[in-house]
Amino acid sequence: MVISRESISWVIGGPQGSGVDSASHIFLKSIAMSGLNVFGKREYHSNIKGEHSYFSVRFSGKTVRSHVDDIDILVTFDAETIVRHSPFLLEGGILIYDPDVVGKKIEDIHTLDGSSEKRIAHILKIKNKEFSLAGIIQELKERNVILVELPYTKLINKFSEEIQDHSLSKLARITNVMSLAASLAVLNFDIPLMEQGILDTFVNKPKIAELNVKAANYTYSYVKRNFGTIPEKFSRVTKINNEANSNFIIAQGNQTSPLGKMVAGCRFQTYYPITPATDDSEYLESNQIIEQDDKNNGSVVVIQTEDEIAAITMAIGAALTGVRACTTTSGPGFSLMAEALGWAGINEVPLLVSLYQRAGPSTGLPTRQEQGDLLFAINAGHGEFPRIVYSSGDIEESFYDTIRVFNYADIFQTPVIHILDKYLSNSIITCNPFRYKNLKIERGKLLDTKLLDIKQKGFSDHFKRFKLSDDPISLRVPLGTENGIFWNTGDEHDEMGHITEDPETRISMMEKRLSKLDLIQNTIPKEEQVTIEFENNTDNTPKKLVLILSWGSTKGAILDSLEKITETNDTIQFLYLQIKLLNPFPSKLLEDIVNNKIEKVHGTDNASTNIETIVIIIEMNYLSQLDILIKQNTTLKSDHNILKYNGRPMSHSEIYNSLINIINNQSQRRVILKDGV
Amino acid sequence: MEYKLADFKTPVHNDWCAGCGDFGILNAIQMSLYELEISPHQAAIFSGIGCSGKTPHFINTYGIHTLHGRVLPFAQGAKLANPNLKILAVGGDGDGLGIGSGHFVNSGRRNIDITYIIYNNGVYGLTKGQASPTLKLGMKTKSLPQPNVNDSINPIALACISGFTFIARGYSYDIKHLKEIIKKGIEHSGLSFIDVLQPCPTYNDINTKEWYQSFTLDENNPSIRIPKIYKLEEEDYNGVVDNEEESSNKIIKAIEKSKEWENRIPVGVFYENKKTPTYEERLQSRIENYRSYPPALQTIKDENGNPNTNIDRLIDELRTK
Repeated sequence: MVISRESISWVIGGPQGSGVDSASHIFLKSIAMSGLNVFGKREYHSNIKGEHSYFSVRFSGKTVRSHVDDIDILVTFDAETIVRHSPFLLEGGILIYDPDVVGKKIEDIHTLDGSSEKRIAHILKIKNKEFSLAGIIQELKERNVILVELPYTKLINKFSEEIQDHSLSKLARITNVMSLAASLAVLNFDIPLMEQGILDTFVNKPKIAELNVKAANYTYSYVKRNFGTIPEKFSRVTKINNEANSNFIIAQGNQTSPLGKMVAGCRFQTYYPITPATDDSEYLESNQIIEQDDKNNGSVVVIQTEDEIAAITMAIGAALTGVRACTTTSGPGFSLMAEALGWAGINEVPLLVSLYQRAGPSTGLPTRQEQGDLLFAINAGHGEFPRIVYSSGDIEESFYDTIRVFNYADIFQTPVIHILDKYLSNSIITCNPFRYKNLKIERGKLLDTKLLDIKQKGFSDHFKRFKLSDDPISLRVPLGTENGIFWNTGDEHDEMGHITEDPETRISMMEKRLSKLDLIQNTIPKEEQVTIEFENNTDNTPKKLVLILSWGSTKGAILDSLEKITETNDTIQFLYLQIKLLNPFPSKLLEDIVNNKIEKVHGTDNASTNIETIVIIIEMNYLSQLDILIKQNTTLKSDHNILKYNGRPMSHSEIYNSLINIINNQSQRRVILKDGV
Repeated sequence: MEYKLADFKTPVHNDWCAGCGDFGILNAIQMSLYELEISPHQAAIFSGIGCSGKTPHFINTYGIHTLHGRVLPFAQGAKLANPNLKILAVGGDGDGLGIGSGHFVNSGRRNIDITYIIYNNGVYGLTKGQASPTLKLGMKTKSLPQPNVNDSINPIALACISGFTFIARGYSYDIKHLKEIIKKGIEHSGLSFIDVLQPCPTYNDINTKEWYQSFTLDENNPSIRIPKIYKLEEEDYNGVVDNEEESSNKIIKAIEKSKEWENRIPVGVFYENKKTPTYEERLQSRIENYRSYPPALQTIKDENGNPNTNIDRLIDELRTK
């Protein structure tokens, strides 16, 4: 399905370690500088060098929030990328490739996976083509794919003669910039912007930058000269001059949450290396000196620990001193943290865990997408204690959410798990710069003076860290506060924090802690718990009410799909809700929103009681964990579950198609998506 | 304000067994804090799990009774967030050298200024006497169904090769000597480890108080009684590193000394090195004002409750133009 010609989908692929990343970065930067909206995503193997990796960029004059499966322009250096991705090239699309690789036998590509081999074999068979690269090229020709041949070796040789530089080792890597310049040439893209993109990427390596600019210009004019008749449909998009976007930033998911941490006042973070969470800590450590408005410099201490158990316990130790502390991990690391999470729970320590999900269980698919940790995040640790589980739907909101979750931790004095994932972390978007100056830092009942005057506050004896009162939240003091001595223990404790097995105290302390769950639900603003992401206006009485529920990073593809569907269809009333607070689960709020909507739709016309309501849950796991939560906590019943667990994120194309099928009553109850290379 | 020794005690009922070696360690810690004139609120004692884990509840400082095996990372986190605090970590031999051995080794790589005391009695007391990592191979303490099938860890040697910069041993019934060692450990700038031999009167019926305090007779002159426990400083042993070049030799000497057991068991300072930079110093070299403005003391909001952090420069780096 061709979703839209308002956006162009560009994919570059190659062996890991060959420079695909820098080429895609230049491309993305150049495109974004021209004022277009960009969504980029990176896919890679758990491997250092040699396995196939690729980067896809979708850009448009309109907002783009997700990737599509179709490819308009496919950029390759090797045979494997052609074999894997060319089936997704659209009719009339463009393949940029090295004619030298056509001689390679498909069966000699050892890194090719079974799915890709099966796919291409099937296509070649039904099209009656030979099982070879030449066969693939033939097949593409029949589909009117424009073949842009870039004989890299020949071009490099000619180029090196032209610039009088024969150090081929240096020149070998410029294939990346050549392929990129070829892409921009077919788009008839502005040359100065291309040059600027290259200079920005190699900002610390002026000599390399200069060489790359020359190579890019050389390739650009080569392509223009030899392939001058590229249809205008490709360059039309890049002609859009979007002045409103000139203030945009390009934000990567693994930068936005750490930026939020800086603003939130997180000054201590621990981690053990794990994909896809490590980038967060590395970004924070790279920028560890924090500018303050009063011209002082603060700093964030980032520590790589010996394991995830040390990571969480070190962060808890730090949190006891009053600093906002965080540990950052992914599923396998989070599994190791479960015991300490309970310690933070029983001792009412504000602690943030940034949980970047990847596909599990165990090592699973270490570099691939999944939302399989929802129920675990809610249940991790033995015994009962309150915890907040909160998730972000896209890169931009992950910045603001990070500041919120630190406030929650302080206000409710309990651990908070902020769920992000591989798709968010390794994707990149254009968005508005973050407006943070007016956000609030709320530290709850943390003592904000250095000294605790016990007598004036009326304490009869000793400071009671876990004072029992009508408010389950007690005054918290940092270690080192005069008159504030308290004790913590993983055992059940009394008001001062000493061990007790007294049954009455046990009841009081359990009730103190677990009553926070109600307090959390009643205190966190509703719009922070569940967000109405999409609600269309139908002029006529709708035939159907389609209710979509999701959590986390499927948001972008869902929104893109709903916008597309409602462009042409106004017989369906859509309501799309993102559930951000996942524990404690906002049961009543969710029911209220849904019931109000149903009443409203029915109320527009008394005769319209026949309006069909369809509830669809969309998430990246097998069990439909959100559905389990909804069943457990509400009276809502789902009609369809759109699910995916092949490690590749849901695309705009897939969700669009699935929703259309459901609307047309042509869908199974469980829709299992399978796309992605 | 001046404090009395009593100010370091709490009224919490102590449920250790009568005659437990832990009492001597508890007293020595309280006396050390008092004699070093550390204000109770400026100190925090972290502990692991087991009988020794209860120690903080009996001491009137901030007391953080953590998880089994995890006392060191908890304590290190607090110290790095606020280096002004005096941090002690205590725990049993099973806690620190069994389940927590990874943290023991990796703490040595950091050399954070805290003092770690292991209550070493060769058994898991609170779970009723199973063999701990320091029980010697072939020993059969009274609740073991069969003799110990594992070889033992040598805590002093492990500390030596892990990078601890103050390594000592004490005996829990020689409180005066132990107290002096703990004071040295606290005053040492860097990671201190103190292995305390501590009889478990209930479950270790081999390494008892009587065993530790027994004598052998000199082969040549049976009238001379040689005590099992002897003090390194009384036998001209000097583990102090004066310049970096001698550190390897001193580590080797300390490891050799640590192998003495059975008839002659040394206590005292095995190794001390003030030349290795602490983790705090390493952080200071990256963060100019780390000590004067550490994480725990930083202001993160202005008087209106808005962030006082300025990330404009980083946002500018992300701008498309």
